[in-house]
Amino acid sequence: MIKLNVATIMVLDQEEALDFYVNKLGLEKAQDIKQGPFRWLTVRVPGQADVEILLQQPGPPLHDEATTAQLRGLITKGAMGGLVLQTDDARGLYDTLKARGVTDFTQEPTDHFYGTDMGIRDPFGNPIRVLQPAKVAHKATA
Amino acid sequence: MSRELEDLNRRLLRARDAMDRAYAEPLDVVAVAGVAHLSRAHFIRSFRAVFGETPHRYLQRRRVERSMFLLRETDRSVTDICFDVGFTSLGTFSRTFREIIGETPSDYRVGHAPLWAPNCFQMATSRPVGAAGVAMRSSTFEEAAAAAAR
Repeated sequence: MIKLNVATIMVLDQEEALDFYVNKLGLEKAQDIKQGPFRWLTVRVPGQADVEILLQQPGPPLHDEATTAQLRGLITKGAMGGLVLQTDDARGLYDTLKARGVTDFTQEPTDHFYGTDMGIRDPFGNPIRVLQPAKVAHKATA
Repeated sequence: MSRELEDLNRRLLRARDAMDRAYAEPLDVVAVAGVAHLSRAHFIRSFRAVFGETPHRYLQRRRVERSMFLLRETDRSVTDICFDVGFTSLGTFSRTFREIIGETPSDYRVGHAPLWAPNCFQMATSRPVGAAGVAMRSSTFEEAAAAAAR
């Protein structure tokens, strides 16, 4: 057996990330463990207890100064990987985010054959897609 | 990387996102530069340094990508698609498309079926990359101002 447990997103500032991912996006804080200068900080989708997102801040002891600078440059130009979340109400979430002061939408909720999706950026430039999958009619089985 | 450069990256990305959202509308480079809180010249220079092409070229490639999407996925006419994605003349659209893709919009349509991939995936992966030697005709755009003057 194998399953996804923790995926990583690189952030410029863990406190600011926590505020965005929890207070704006609606995730919840999972683990928060400090080990010297290193802080293992994860969030998760409420109700999805076994999958966590590590909010990793580039810097020592993981990265030397030059690597840290490169990573921070890539994050802020939107060149790093992001997240894809699912919801049962994309437009509702869009309204909630706007009400909470989120302005960095890369795409307003749009309908496609596969469902309704929207795009936002976290405060640092990471792309986050949100998909509300289309309701598909299940084929009757014999 | 200094905090100033990180902040500049982030603002340029916000301006690039604005072009990705509003490609179908008449856009002025000054207005897009304003999203990044930069002057026109500083914006064009910084955008090219950070993203490897001018804002105008980025916008053109976004529009060509969206036109390729509509050519594949819909049966709208080439003329309608030209205006749908923000070009204001069929001649410019056809010339730009051919310059970047190497064939006419109609020929492209004949050779390509729908991809059935999520839209964000198509936008991220299908925006045509630069062809060596493709002329950079212009590094600016003043479409909204031009439309207002008409």
